[in-house]
Amino acid sequence: MNTVLSRVAESLFWIGRYLERADGTARILDVHLQLVLEDPSIDEDQACRSLLSIMGLEQVGDSAVTSGDVLELLAEDQSHPASIAYSLYSARENARRAREIISTELWECLNAIATKMPRRLAADRVHSFCTWVRERSAMASGITYTTMSRDEAYQFFVLGQFLERADMTARLLATSELTQEGGPSWTAILRSCGAYESCLRTYRGVPSTPDAAEFLLLDRLFPRSIAFSIQRALGALGELDPGTSRRGGASTAQRLLEQATSSLQYRPIEEVVAELPYHMDQIQVATSAASEAVKARFFPSEATPTWVGEKA
Amino acid sequence: MFQGYGAALADTSTCPQPWDEMFADPLRPDSSQVRQAYCELHSALGHLTRDELRGRAEALASSYLAQGVTFDFAGEEQPFPLDAVPRVLAAAEWQRIEDGVRQRVHVLEAFLADIYGPQRAVADRVIPASVVASSPGFCRQAVGLLEEGAVRVHVAGIDLVRDESGQWRVLEDNVRVPSGVSYVVSNRHVMAQTLPELFARMAIRAVDEYPQRLLEALRASAPAGVEDPVVVVLTPGVFNSAYFEHTLLARLMGVELVEGRDLYCSGGHVWMHTTNGPERVDVVYRRVDDDFLDPLQFRADSVLGAPGLLTAARFGNVTLANAVGNGVVDDKLVYTYIPDLTRYYLGQDPVLPNVETWRLEEPEALAEVLDRLPELVVKPVDGSGGKGLVVGARASASELDRLRAALKRDPRGWIAQPIIQLSTIPTLVEEGIRPRHSDLRPFAVNSGGDVWVLPGGLTRVALPEGQLVVNSSQGGGSKDTWALEEVGAEATSAVRSRQLVQLSPPPSRAHDAVAPAPPSRPVAARPRAAVSPVAGGPPGTPGTPGPRGRQWHAPAHAPQDPDGSDRYIQQVRHQQQQSESG
Repeated sequence: MNTVLSRVAESLFWIGRYLERADGTARILDVHLQLVLEDPSIDEDQACRSLLSIMGLEQVGDSAVTSGDVLELLAEDQSHPASIAYSLYSARENARRAREIISTELWECLNAIATKMPRRLAADRVHSFCTWVRERSAMASGITYTTMSRDEAYQFFVLGQFLERADMTARLLATSELTQEGGPSWTAILRSCGAYESCLRTYRGVPSTPDAAEFLLLDRLFPRSIAFSIQRALGALGELDPGTSRRGGASTAQRLLEQATSSLQYRPIEEVVAELPYHMDQIQVATSAASEAVKARFFPSEATPTWVGEKA
Repeated sequence: MFQGYGAALADTSTCPQPWDEMFADPLRPDSSQVRQAYCELHSALGHLTRDELRGRAEALASSYLAQGVTFDFAGEEQPFPLDAVPRVLAAAEWQRIEDGVRQRVHVLEAFLADIYGPQRAVADRVIPASVVASSPGFCRQAVGLLEEGAVRVHVAGIDLVRDESGQWRVLEDNVRVPSGVSYVVSNRHVMAQTLPELFARMAIRAVDEYPQRLLEALRASAPAGVEDPVVVVLTPGVFNSAYFEHTLLARLMGVELVEGRDLYCSGGHVWMHTTNGPERVDVVYRRVDDDFLDPLQFRADSVLGAPGLLTAARFGNVTLANAVGNGVVDDKLVYTYIPDLTRYYLGQDPVLPNVETWRLEEPEALAEVLDRLPELVVKPVDGSGGKGLVVGARASASELDRLRAALKRDPRGWIAQPIIQLSTIPTLVEEGIRPRHSDLRPFAVNSGGDVWVLPGGLTRVALPEGQLVVNSSQGGGSKDTWALEEVGAEATSAVRSRQLVQLSPPPSRAHDAVAPAPPSRPVAARPRAAVSPVAGGPPGTPGTPGPRGRQWHAPAHAPQDPDGSDRYIQQVRHQQQQSESG
């Protein structure tokens, strides 16, 4: 397999992550905002605060948090690392740094996304904005699948994409934390990742809570489930670093990911559902540790050039 | 379309008038005055309204934004300004430019090899040692760096202007890191969409060979003994104004684009950090100035280069292209010696003359220049692209005084030239199509055996009226430059002689190649199978090549059996429609 510059590999990894992050955030945001609108019994401040904490944001002050604040933080604010705008711009900036490796079609797609990103969102445009983000990131993935050689650069893209997807699905599942206090229904959660019909067909009927959770956690065939995403990330890692040891899953990143899925798979589903927020936190911790391990293994970066003494 | 074209010329007393490349007399912009090379373009533009042309110009700009063909202007990404009206160069005219540029590159190579080697030209008093040694671009580290016969000018950008009589002259030589060639390639690409009708009618020489030519030259210059050299493009990084160009060249050559931090030197070799550990680098096409290339040899605070790069080059383990120290010929005082050096090294007269230039170290010249300052252009010897340039006629009295003092203080640092009215080309501006001044930067690639000149080159045009400085950092635009093919040049008949393979007609008529009848059933039932022959003359012409049995696969639901299928499908449809009796 062609090798690729470490710096470029890192860009590819992050293009994958940022695209997926934009997509996942748009899905979560869409569910949340619809919920707040449709259900008058929900305490808006409370719901918004939990959403922000699920997305890993520090709590902002004592004043009531509105959906407008959430929208700004998670969608519009270019300078905020959790926002969709930030993710899309960053995907584009990384593409600019790997311009000679990615296909022209992918570059033009990402360039167009960043330039067409609205600076302000009117309340009535939020849903169509979320749809737009989903469609664009689907388009970018589609272009990648149809125009990139399955070389190292591609594997890094896939690795980034599926690590991020596992993380995003975990966060989405964590929003069900609110279910008892009127959080999003499982139907809404399933719908937001396009899993509703697929889940209906799989369980032949309206899924119960454990069924729905099991589907998004462990289904081996549904492409947004945590098990599927981690399996794909492991596949990409295997391609990148086949390893020489006879023991499988030799690298740190592989070990961390295997561990995380095992702890879900080999535990009764009821137990997992009962402590869903905890388990979802564990998944996020594992993906972020795996990401660090990938960084240490493949992208050893020095901010300043090193002066290596001549041995000759 | 050309109404009011030369109006601005009529009421200025500029004397002499600039050479207009489209009209022999720009004051009378009608078809009788159009120069031969521009006839097709003139008539094509005549068929458009101004709004149509503007519409195409806008489509062009938005296409550049979408592709990211931008340059950094005051910290913001702007679409690279490309004018919708191209420049046309007749075949004979282009031939002369090409010969001149090739000759120039040969002289510059010979001169660089000489001054970083035996210095014969100095010993033979063709050029004073003091001029060479005092040049800001002269680089002691480059003395004896390369073997005899090594290429130093892998890429050259020779800036040309056309004076009032239509004569092409060399304005400056750029053999350090000449930029702009990516715009030649991308301008052509987008112009083919903007004025497609002209590309069909005119024989315009293609420019897309450039990356392959460059790659060949770079590979040819690899260190001896390296069989399959690894070539990289070294960029200062994403904030450099030419970053777009660096990515385009790396992409079209299929090589890595590296930054200084991707490289490191060890054991006298250069390596790049890849995901599989270090990989050796043999040729560095560097787009970083000498100063930043190697902190051990040049600026110690540089974070753009790789420490040890020059040592590796000295060991002969890596080729730097262009070579270190080429800046000495970009020096505008050294420039004044090139015509003499042409005669000295090649025994030929220059094909393209220089612009007349005063060397201010000669006391009489300095006195004359100080006296005539308001009618001259004064330039610092190391400023390229119009940096630090003063046009005497436009300067205030106090500016001229300051300039006089500067010239007296440092006569080595400046040269003076008469003001040249650069040739004008029709350009789309606010008021319509107007004459605007332009220059031309042809690019040459030296592979050692041969100097290849890219047909055309980059035309830069000054957009403000009367402006004589064309650099894009000073509000300049660009034009696609069409070097025309020799008339009567052998037409490529490859298409005509190629044997045609027809697309198969619908398989149901596979036996009936002579007269395909119009479809007698709904085409939608088997979409791909309904493709009719597209080549080989009108359908049914006796003797056209028959089908070769290639078949489109049809979905399983539309069986291919020509006799059974239609009846079956009709039956299915009929029963489906009938069966819901509620």
